This record gives sequence, structure tokens and C-alpha cells, in this order.
Amino acid sequence: MSTAKLRSAADDPAWVKAAVIGVAVLFVAAMLVAPLATVFTQALAKGLGASLQALHDPDALAAIRLTLTTAALAVPINAAFGLCASWAIAKHEFAGKSLLITLIDLPFSVSPVVAGLSYVLVFGLQGWLGPWLEARGIKIIFATPGIVLATVFVTFPFIARELIPLMQAQGTDEEEAAVSLGASGLTTFFRVTAPNIRWGLLYGVLLCNARAMGEFGAVSVVSGHIRGVTDTMPLHVEILYNEYDFVGAFSVAALLCLLAVVTLGLKALLERLQPQTGERGH
Amino acid sequence: MTIASVERASILSPVRARRRRSAIPGFGLTLGLSITALCIVVLIPLSAIAIRAAGMGVSAFAAAAFSARALHAYGLSFVASLIGASVNAVFGLLTAWALVRYRFPGRAILNALVDLPFALPTAVAGVALAGLYSSNGWIGGALAPLGIKTAYNQTGVVIALTFVGLPFVVRTVEPVLRDLAIDVEEASASLGADRLQTFARVILPALAPAWITGFTLAFARAVGEYGSVIFIAGNMPYKTEIAPLLITIELEQFDYGSASAIAAVMLAVAFAMLLAINLIQTWARRFS
Repeated sequence: MSTAKLRSAADDPAWVKAAVIGVAVLFVAAMLVAPLATVFTQALAKGLGASLQALHDPDALAAIRLTLTTAALAVPINAAFGLCASWAIAKHEFAGKSLLITLIDLPFSVSPVVAGLSYVLVFGLQGWLGPWLEARGIKIIFATPGIVLATVFVTFPFIARELIPLMQAQGTDEEEAAVSLGASGLTTFFRVTAPNIRWGLLYGVLLCNARAMGEFGAVSVVSGHIRGVTDTMPLHVEILYNEYDFVGAFSVAALLCLLAVVTLGLKALLERLQPQTGERGH
Repeated sequence: MTIASVERASILSPVRARRRRSAIPGFGLTLGLSITALCIVVLIPLSAIAIRAAGMGVSAFAAAAFSARALHAYGLSFVASLIGASVNAVFGLLTAWALVRYRFPGRAILNALVDLPFALPTAVAGVALAGLYSSNGWIGGALAPLGIKTAYNQTGVVIALTFVGLPFVVRTVEPVLRDLAIDVEEASASLGADRLQTFARVILPALAPAWITGFTLAFARAVGEYGSVIFIAGNMPYKTEIAPLLITIELEQFDYGSASAIAAVMLAVAFAMLLAINLIQTWARRFS
């Protein structure tokens, strides 16, 4: 990988090189590329017309709307939380900081189904707040608020975990200078910190959004699967698949694949624009 | 993504030696809001599971959490996750090596594709893998005449769990491999080691902490996975039923107690995994 023309002792023989690249490409092809290709082939099995028609189905359109609504609510909530948490953690010293960071990471290791269940136990009819909410006619479980809450849970660490190391790496000198020159906290944030973290924030929002639109396990538990009402796109894929409507299921799945591919494309672009984004391990 | 690398970066970042009062305002407000949000979104709901399970009484809890069916489901989730993470440990290391050390056409595409499991909804991964590895799919169909069945059995569960854990090993090993000084390898070669010896005695020990971290993250992710598994697993009780699926089955029967008992066990496993990851990283920090 060096620019030197001389063969380095760290260079591998050509056959090793070919074998390693070959195995890596085959692995990625079998595990990642072939599944993607399967989705598009199955979606287009009866032609583009049938696929587009499946997406125009009222239930499919309702699922798309609900998924967009959920992401539009969950992502800003997590962006606000991520900014607060990273400001407190990266710009200040306090006891229990590493415990706080660990707790923010908790949703990464909790099964989405367990997360969904926990919301049922708090907000469901048999849950802590169930009777109180019922008396006031507020529906959270088996309704949109529950879906948004479950989505906020599973995507909770995404933006905070992107911003904390970035803001820690940038230190506090610039903010301290701004404050000592008389800038208020908000002015300091918007004029000094924000320009430094905007790419990292965008990167976190991008990944958070992909997960928010695609969450299945947690949302499945709290949604109640009411067709056209509490069905998100991933849940709609499941319903159509279980009804053996493969063109329909794979058409909605193909739309979600496009979302994933666009996400990966934008992510690669962001990493190119801002080389340290997402590769801050060194 | 970089859950892995982010985690590594922030945990490994230098602790500031000097502690002093920061001149930067907004500490109380932002910390207060963060902790409030953490409590409302994560801690209070999760505590509901623990409280519900604790309120069941020991025998009822044990009957639900450690029934034969539940034990089988934990066993499958655990063993299949272990195999999936091991497959990823081997192929992830190779993929990271190819990405860092070699330049070849399509490298940028390979690099971007590695993150696909982070960006692709798990349900979509589930139906895609089921379509691909079942007997009428491209790969499943090709292996069926050889007597190899890759869907609706335990192999299918392993395939799905390999898929969801794929990026972790690659993304944790990659930065360490990139930072590994070439001159160490050259020194090893000049002292008479062949390439394999250099790899086993010089490179692998340097990569080990990151490699183990990646393996653990992939394993932790796989244990709780639901969406990508249920389509390819076949979901037969005592055979191909994973633990998260059992929770949803109990919920469908409105048996919140049993669901909470199983969830409490999984939550305990999640805490143990989180602790293990933190310990591994504390240990890894000694090497950096």
C-alpha cells in the first residue's frame, strides 16, 4: 500500500492477495449482494407494472406515510437528545460520566422485542399508566405514539454516540475563547461548535433515519398490526409475505432496499467530504 | 456504521488529566435534559420488565423463564449467535485485510457494502435471506441437490445472525490494521520470520483486542436479533425458535408475566454483554 516501487517485506505474495480478495468478495457477494439482488428480482417477477401497482395499494401507501411520520418525529427527538448529551459529556467534567455513556449505549445491546415489551408494560392497558391513559382517551400502545416511542428507544444512542467522540476530539478551547470574549452559551454553540460538528451530526442523522425507518422487532410488539393504521413499511412486508403476496412484499422491501442503498451512498460521500467522520478510531 | 468504532474511539479517548470547572455554560441544563430523556425512554421502561418479573414469585418466574421450551430457545439464540460471530470473525478479518492492505477495482464498493446490515431493515434482510437460501432460491437451490438445507432449520438461523453481525468485526479491526506500522512487519521479516510467522506472531497479537471486541459486538447484536431470523428460521418450537420470538408468542397470548420473565433473562444477558464489552475495552486500552 506504500508508494514505494520496491517490494516491501510487508507485501503479500500475489496468490495470497488474490485469495484474500477473492474470499472477501465472495463472502460479501453471498451474504449481502445476493440478498439485495433477490429482493429486486422477486419484486419485478411479474414486471415493473405489478410492482408499482403493489406500492399504490392504499395499505402500502398508509404504511409508507406512517414510516415517514415516525422517522420525522423520532430522528429530531434523538438529534436534540444527542446534542444535549454530547454537550454535557464532551464539554464538561463530572463524576459518573462513563456510567452515563454506558447507559446511553444500553439500547444497542437490548433486544428490540424486549424494548417493545417494556413499553407495553408501561403504557399498555395492563401497564402502569394504562388505566390513567384509558380514562383520558389517550392511546399509546397499538397506536402511532407507541410506534414513535419504540423507534426512539432503538435509535436512542445513534446521534449521541456519533457526536460525543467528535466533540471530545475537538476539545473546549474554541468554546472557552468564545465565552471569554463575551458570547452567550447559545451563540457559542451556533457560531463555534455547530460548524465543527455539522458533518458528524448529519452522519448520525443519516444512520438514525435508516434505522428508524427500518425498525421491526420493537415496533412489531407495540403496533398491534392494524392494517392501514398501525402498519409501518417493515411490518407491511411481513404481512404481505405471510399472505404469500410475494410481489407485494418484495416491492415494499425493494423500496426499503433503495433507502438502504441511498443511505450507504450518502454515508460514503460524507466520509469522503470529512475523512475523520465515522473512522475516528485513530 | 461505526457503532463499534465510535464505541472504541470514545472509550479509548484520553481522559483529561486536569479536572477543573468548565467556563462553558449550559452544563446543568444539557445534563438534566439528557438524564431525563434517558430515564423516560430507556431506564423506566426497562425497569418495568424487572419489576414485573420480580413480582411473579420465584416458582412462577422459574416456570416461565426456565421452561424446557424457553431453555431451548436461549440455547439456540446463544449457539447460533456464537457460530455467526465466529464466521464473521474469520471472514471479517479477511475482508478488513483486503480493504486496508490491497488496492483493487471495486474496493470502494466493497467498503460501502460492508455497512449494509446497518442500513437495511431487518425484516427486509429476513425475507431476502429466506428467498435466497430456501430451496427455490439461487444459493439454497444450488445447495439442495448436495443435500444441504440452508433455510427453515438451524443453518438458516446462523445465516441470518451472520448477516446482522457482519460489519462489526470488519469495522473494529480496520482502524487498528490501518495504524499498524509496516516497519514492525519489516523488522520481523529482516529477523528471518516468514510471512506466516510474522502474521501469527506480530500482526495477530496486535489485532487481538480489536478482533475480540468485534466478535463480542457481533455476538451481542445477534443474541437479541428478531426481524431477520423469523423469516428464514421456520420457527418450530424446540427446534428453530429463538428467544425473542418466544416473547412475542407469549405476548400474543396476553401472557405478560411469562413474556416479562423471558425478557428479564435476556435483559440480564444484555447487561452481561455490555459489561463484557467494557471490560474487553479496558483491557484493550492497555495495548494502545
